[in-house]
Amino acid sequence: MIRLRLFRRKHQPPLEQRPFDLLCITIAVVLGVHASHLPWWLTLASAATLGLRWWQRSRHAGRAPSYFKLPLAALLAAAVVFHYDTLFGREPGAALVTGLLVLKLLETETSRDARVATAFACFALMSALLFDQSMLATLFVALGLPPAIATLRALQPARPSVTLSRELLPALGLLAASVPLALVAFVFVPRLNSPLWGAPGAAQARSGLSPDMSLGDFADVLLDERPAMRVSFEGAPPPNSQRYFRAYVLWDYDGHTWRGRSSQGSPAPLEHGPALHYTIALESTGQRTLPSLDLPLEAPSDAHLGPDRELQADRPVNDPLIYRLASALNYRQPAELSAMDQRRALHLPAGRNPRARALGEQWRTQYGANEAAIIQAALNLFHDGGFSYLLSPPPLGANAMDDFLFGTREGFCEHYASSFTVLMRAAGIPARVVTGYQGGYWNATGNYLLVRQADAHAWSEVWLPQRGWVRIDPTAAVRPERVNQGSAAANAVTADAAQNQWLLSLRNRWDFVNQWWNQGVIGFDTLRQHGLLTSFGVQDPSVGTLGLLLAIGGSLTALLGLSWALWKRPEADQARAAMQLLEKRLAGAGVVRRPSEGPQHYFSRAARTLPGQRVELEHLKRTYLELRYAHEEPPADLLKNFRQAARDFRPRRVFK
Amino acid sequence: MQEAIRRFRLWAERRLPALTRFRRRESLPIMLHRRRIYIVPTGFGGAFTVLLLVMLLGALNYTNNAALMLTCLLGATTSASMLVAFRSLNGLRLTSIRHGHAIAGEPMVLQLVFTGGDHAHASIHAEMDGQAEAFSVGTHGEVVVSMSLPTEHRGWQPLPRIKLWSSWPLGLFLAWSWTHPDQSVLVWPRPETGGPPPVLPSDEGKQQRLHQGEDVAALRSYRAGDPQRHIAWKHSARHENLLVKDFEQPEAQEEWRLDWRQLSQLVPDMRIARLARWLGEAEAVGRPTSLWLPNEDIGLGHGRSHYAHCMNALARLP
Repeated sequence: MIRLRLFRRKHQPPLEQRPFDLLCITIAVVLGVHASHLPWWLTLASAATLGLRWWQRSRHAGRAPSYFKLPLAALLAAAVVFHYDTLFGREPGAALVTGLLVLKLLETETSRDARVATAFACFALMSALLFDQSMLATLFVALGLPPAIATLRALQPARPSVTLSRELLPALGLLAASVPLALVAFVFVPRLNSPLWGAPGAAQARSGLSPDMSLGDFADVLLDERPAMRVSFEGAPPPNSQRYFRAYVLWDYDGHTWRGRSSQGSPAPLEHGPALHYTIALESTGQRTLPSLDLPLEAPSDAHLGPDRELQADRPVNDPLIYRLASALNYRQPAELSAMDQRRALHLPAGRNPRARALGEQWRTQYGANEAAIIQAALNLFHDGGFSYLLSPPPLGANAMDDFLFGTREGFCEHYASSFTVLMRAAGIPARVVTGYQGGYWNATGNYLLVRQADAHAWSEVWLPQRGWVRIDPTAAVRPERVNQGSAAANAVTADAAQNQWLLSLRNRWDFVNQWWNQGVIGFDTLRQHGLLTSFGVQDPSVGTLGLLLAIGGSLTALLGLSWALWKRPEADQARAAMQLLEKRLAGAGVVRRPSEGPQHYFSRAARTLPGQRVELEHLKRTYLELRYAHEEPPADLLKNFRQAARDFRPRRVFK
Repeated sequence: MQEAIRRFRLWAERRLPALTRFRRRESLPIMLHRRRIYIVPTGFGGAFTVLLLVMLLGALNYTNNAALMLTCLLGATTSASMLVAFRSLNGLRLTSIRHGHAIAGEPMVLQLVFTGGDHAHASIHAEMDGQAEAFSVGTHGEVVVSMSLPTEHRGWQPLPRIKLWSSWPLGLFLAWSWTHPDQSVLVWPRPETGGPPPVLPSDEGKQQRLHQGEDVAALRSYRAGDPQRHIAWKHSARHENLLVKDFEQPEAQEEWRLDWRQLSQLVPDMRIARLARWLGEAEAVGRPTSLWLPNEDIGLGHGRSHYAHCMNALARLP
């Protein structure tokens, strides 16, 4: 932290302890909001440095010598490079900013240092939101603002000295008073259509659906209670058993992993019943696939519909995304399956799972061309063959399907979907695996369907002539409640939480608030901005229009602020007001002041009428005369004295 | 060029008298109001604005609405602090200026009395001739700010312009107002450092005192050279020899009748300096003095207020 002195600065008074304390609090909050993505050793070292510096500064002032600071700064840079291999990017940048901020504290000894550190802390606070902009994270970040404002406030000289907590109150008040203008700015600031430079680092590793499926993949996902998406329907939501949200269609099986195909093309035509309209608010996934209810009819903007009617966004979903869709639940695909697709949908890896293949072939010879009977035979096998639903099944060998079907018989959706599809293919029925979400919790408070990661599901689709692809969910044969009641009922692990209704309702309320945050704040993009303005009659606003609206809104709030700043309490003549009160009371006792009567005469006459209160009246007279005529500017205590005496004066009527 | 600057200053003087140092004098009390309070961002305010712009650009680039909201909130707070800065000066009143005494060359203590209006005024700076004092005034409160005014010459000295400024509450904006109170202070002349003691009145002066009806202290025998007027004829008639009235003059009660005219051999300023020194010496021992000046005749007296009276008269000499 080499200080460049470009020009001579005025002498700065040394920093007092109070602003330093507040600055320490600010930096501690910065450290707190960054702690989740900093390497633990940096967080620990920074916290220790912060604490030591505070302890040292509270004993005696003095900046750390530069032979101490320079190596520390160099050490920080070296450690960041060693840990991340680079100094640039989101994570290394955050580490560097936080570290430098704490080091800045070592040399903070003047008001100027404290100001620079505070501004720097504000920047560091904001940068934490690049990692996580959920409501909780934002609230946590906002916690850093009051101490930052209070620090700047405490740097001003000649303030009344108050306790540390009282320092934060005015800062909070200032922030609260700024909210209207902040909202105007937030709503009207023109958004960028395309980023000026690259998006922040690649998506972090998230648990959630992946584009391919290997046995065991889902086990982690099914325990993840985080929201995956929220769906609000126009009209009644479909029943639980119809809530299949397709994400990935997996065709290729190598005996271990199911993979999607990377083919371009448009979807086959569809004959369908009434369409269901709904809106999905998707949490960020870092992938391009957008889940959709059963078969979507059209792609939203910035996305396209693949040949298997799966939705692909043009860009990875790194931020929460909201899109509107229409889907069909009853449909028929009249087109034929192409020869290539047929070959693909029947392919099984050679030499793997001989027993499963033999079983499939046996069914084919047994039932012939009756596909429905073959499917039923497979479902019957799952239902009656001693299979059980278990999230932690025993490991499977190289012939995983054989081991599962004829050995362990314990597994969850991906085991059932995999083995069913393998059996179908062996029996000559084109089949594929589909992954996505099934079920969800209906949040009655917010009127939307909450789908968690734990609702991830895998099922099969088989090709039937005349009908096209038909969804078969073999898991339902083993555990029907998985489909009818949702994952919470099926996954025994979370059953306790599900039974705790109170906790559940609390969680749903909390989710509703989060939903509001995601849709109202994080999802407030160009489209919503325009939508908001359309309702006020502004069609397709340009940047200029937005700027104008911003200026108008800003001016209106500024006007409010100005009227506050210029407002003055009408300067009432307090002595006159008190005198009028006295006159009213005395008039009640029979002494009415004549228009031509001076105060001296008036008080004397009152004293004659109320002899019992002569002393009081004499005192009032003297005070009033002094107040009025003895001073150019009446002293405050005299005025206070007179007002008090006038308020206390009660004429006692004399009965003759 | 010079002419252009002069004309610009004149124009500024006409248009915005409060903005410039050329504000006309005005009588106390001076109340600060919106027509005479000006605001500019401080250096820190400018830097902070740049930082906010960087944050805004970052938030927009990453379409990060939470960060955008935070930036908007900080920006709005910045704007709000401008209003608070204005309000911390608005309604402040410079009620009166009290001053002490000072001889030329020594600083004079000024006491600026500020009163607040219906709200508190926090962290105000009063700046005068390079010296600054920070203070705050409570609601309907009163604060006395002491400053020292350097003096150079004796006589009336107008008060300089006083800049009242505040960067309350965040140091982002500087609100200021120039005040130019129409008040002058009287600076006493500087006494000379050394010189002769006053020429005391001669016997002639003593005789004058006789006629002023002073008591006879004692009678003594006539000595050759005694003035005839001092002979107490009535008493002498009953004695063998002539008796003379003796006037006792104790040193402590010696009066100094200082007279401008006695110093006619000196230039006026030297006369003033000498008289000032004599006044100071007399004041130090509590000796009664009187002072005759061309425009004022001050009778005998002593004590602090008499001294101040005399010094003021000296200071006012043309």
